[in-house]
Amino acid sequence: MTTFLWVIVPYVSLAVFVGGHIWRYRYDKFGWTTRSSQLYESRLLRLGSPLFHFGILFVVLGHIGGLLIPESATDAVGISETFYHAVAVSLGAISGVMTLTGIAILIYRRRTTGPVFSATTKNDKFMYVLLVATLVAGLSNTVLGNLIGHPHDYRLSVAPYFRSIFYFRPAVDLMTQAGIGFQIHVTLAWILFAVWPFTRLVHFFSAPLGYLTRPYIVYRSREAAVARPVRRGWEPVTAPVAPQPRRRRAQR
Amino acid sequence: MRVMAQMAMVMNLDKCIGCHTCSVTCKQAWTNRTGVEYVWFNNVETRPGQGYPRTYEDQGRWQGGWRLTRRGRLTLRAGGRLKKLATIFSNPLLPNISDYYEPWTYDYERLLTAPTQRDTPVARPKSLLSGRDMKVQWSANWDDDLGGSPELTVNDPILKQVSEKVRLEFEKTFMFYLPRICEHCLNPSCAASCPSGAIYKRTEDGIVLVDQDRCRGWRMCVTGCPYKKVYFNHRTGKAEKCTFCYPRIEVGIPTVCAETCVGRLRYIGVVLYDADRVLDAASTPDDQDLYMAQRSVFLDPDDPGVRREAERAGIPPDWVEAAQRSPVWALISKYQVALPLHPEYRTMPMVWYIPPLSPMVDALRDSGHDAEDERALFGAIDALRIPVEYLAELFTAGDPRPVRDVLARLGGMRAYMRDVNLGAPRRPQIAEAVGLTEDEIEDMYRLLALAKYDERYVIPSAHGEMHDRAGELEELACSLDYESGPGMGGSGPFGEMSGGSQPVAVENFYALKQRQTSDVFVDPGNSRRRVNLLNWDGKGAAEDVMPPRAATDGDREEL
Repeated sequence: MTTFLWVIVPYVSLAVFVGGHIWRYRYDKFGWTTRSSQLYESRLLRLGSPLFHFGILFVVLGHIGGLLIPESATDAVGISETFYHAVAVSLGAISGVMTLTGIAILIYRRRTTGPVFSATTKNDKFMYVLLVATLVAGLSNTVLGNLIGHPHDYRLSVAPYFRSIFYFRPAVDLMTQAGIGFQIHVTLAWILFAVWPFTRLVHFFSAPLGYLTRPYIVYRSREAAVARPVRRGWEPVTAPVAPQPRRRRAQR
Repeated sequence: MRVMAQMAMVMNLDKCIGCHTCSVTCKQAWTNRTGVEYVWFNNVETRPGQGYPRTYEDQGRWQGGWRLTRRGRLTLRAGGRLKKLATIFSNPLLPNISDYYEPWTYDYERLLTAPTQRDTPVARPKSLLSGRDMKVQWSANWDDDLGGSPELTVNDPILKQVSEKVRLEFEKTFMFYLPRICEHCLNPSCAASCPSGAIYKRTEDGIVLVDQDRCRGWRMCVTGCPYKKVYFNHRTGKAEKCTFCYPRIEVGIPTVCAETCVGRLRYIGVVLYDADRVLDAASTPDDQDLYMAQRSVFLDPDDPGVRREAERAGIPPDWVEAAQRSPVWALISKYQVALPLHPEYRTMPMVWYIPPLSPMVDALRDSGHDAEDERALFGAIDALRIPVEYLAELFTAGDPRPVRDVLARLGGMRAYMRDVNLGAPRRPQIAEAVGLTEDEIEDMYRLLALAKYDERYVIPSAHGEMHDRAGELEELACSLDYESGPGMGGSGPFGEMSGGSQPVAVENFYALKQRQTSDVFVDPGNSRRRVNLLNWDGKGAAEDVMPPRAATDGDREEL
């Protein structure tokens, strides 16, 4: 069971995550969109959407910092564990609450605004459940752990385990040591990563950073839009080669 | 000098009778789909009026187009790149669906299935967004023919710019129609607003298009366009806009709106312009100079120097020839009777308008004057300041002189041609008074009054053979043979129409085939996506509209 949860699931999930995105991008560029519902309703969206999105961006940054930077590195720079912990917990709690409040507003809006609700697909609903579950599990680890008083130092268990996955030597026992809260959160996260490419979450990867550097007006030749791949074994019709040079008709 | 070619249009507002045929045929061709029920690539507005979407011209509120910074640099009115990215999660300047209108259909089934009852059953309006009962309160032309004025008309942003007295008199004296499509601007602010870079201007013909595969639904283009001619498809989550019917234009036939125009008031042709000077012209400090600045960007196709440069820029000879015969070039620069719509938005729009003289003519006739007499006409143009001021707010950023000149030219033509038609001696002084030669006035008359199909539409075909992949690209002519085959319509697993894209012609082919061969429409099981009569093409039975076929005895052939 431990091998399944902490070795097989992560690798399958990562493979699906990467492969799924490549496949989706090739197969379904048209479906790759935020599918914004702002046209239907914007009062609640104006509140909820920035809260959620900025919140989750901070959450992502926090995870990058917490999971990828080893405790030894912060120690070496002279940041004490207690200081790090205080900062991480407070920032994490703030951004976690932001995110959850935001998504609560968004889901309320989705359910109560008629047009928005009828534009919600089953895929969306499934994704929302998974996303909220992951968020709740994550935030409760941060908050509950500290309320009880003896928080688990995930930087000595979950973080090295996460990094070990990428060394292809998954440290399963580190994960089994972590609390049940962390185990739930991590498992949910792996599932979320696996379904990610098949939901509207793909729009995360179209963050339009190129906008900052490209020229304002884009010109494109008609040719680019028109060209499409030639089928295998199919040769375009070309004029036969003339036996002798003919005078070309003068162009108008 | 960098010569580029632009497909452009001129509309003669004198001839528009507000029949909406252009809008309806455009809708049939392009927006009769779920998700764009509320979208009219072509719409016809009554002026004065609020327009569609409501009060879109109020840029204080919607922040569309460009503005000049204090240092004279051109910048997007809604804010630059960083501000765009900062507000990407919720665009504060996006019009709501109610600013367009909530699309609806009627519950016709009720009429047919209602039991015997004392009161006549009613087909209630049902929202096409939520499927619920709704109260119809607005539409794309709710204030058509000044309906609802003066309560509604006072909200016209243009009318707000003119004085109170003018405003009150206006409604009594003046009304005209303004058909609008995308302006296919030389300096498109929608393209500049797109974070994904999905909106592009085609180098060959200047048509502005949305790449549906690159659009990610950030909605900034809707804000960026001051004419509000980019729309958000709420099902697919992608931006859509007028395409200038490029599949038709490429094979040399006019857009659907122009083709079906009852008044034959649209002209389509090529205009050559200097791409290097566009930014300078758009940055002209005074709004009222923008009209002339834009005209100075256009290049005279009869000038040998321009022709040489055009050849160097790779513009095919038949395109240069088409530019020489272009009715659009003639109306804008030779006869100078066409004006751009809202040049003060600084997008360099390329659908121009001949302002209507008819209000003056009507006013003269109604007051017992000779409406064809040039002195009476010139006098009326000067005396009837109200319409001139209003037209100037639309076409010249408020400068009445160009409008006055155009109207005088149209009036002069009227008076001059009356003499010709009545066999009276010609009066060259009329032509002289409006700054045209007698030949020019007759040519202009021919173009405005008599011009046949091939004079109104001078459209050179696209040049496939210049591309490497010659022979494969005639999408209209051939080719249902593209990779990965058709997955016609319907909902993919990731939302509306997800999955590989297909060429337009293929999509049309399958859509038509499906309609013609099946008895069901869009999605009969889903009452939220009912058929409305606008998108029903008469093929097959629309179950929401008609009762089920009565069982016939025997195997009678269906007619």
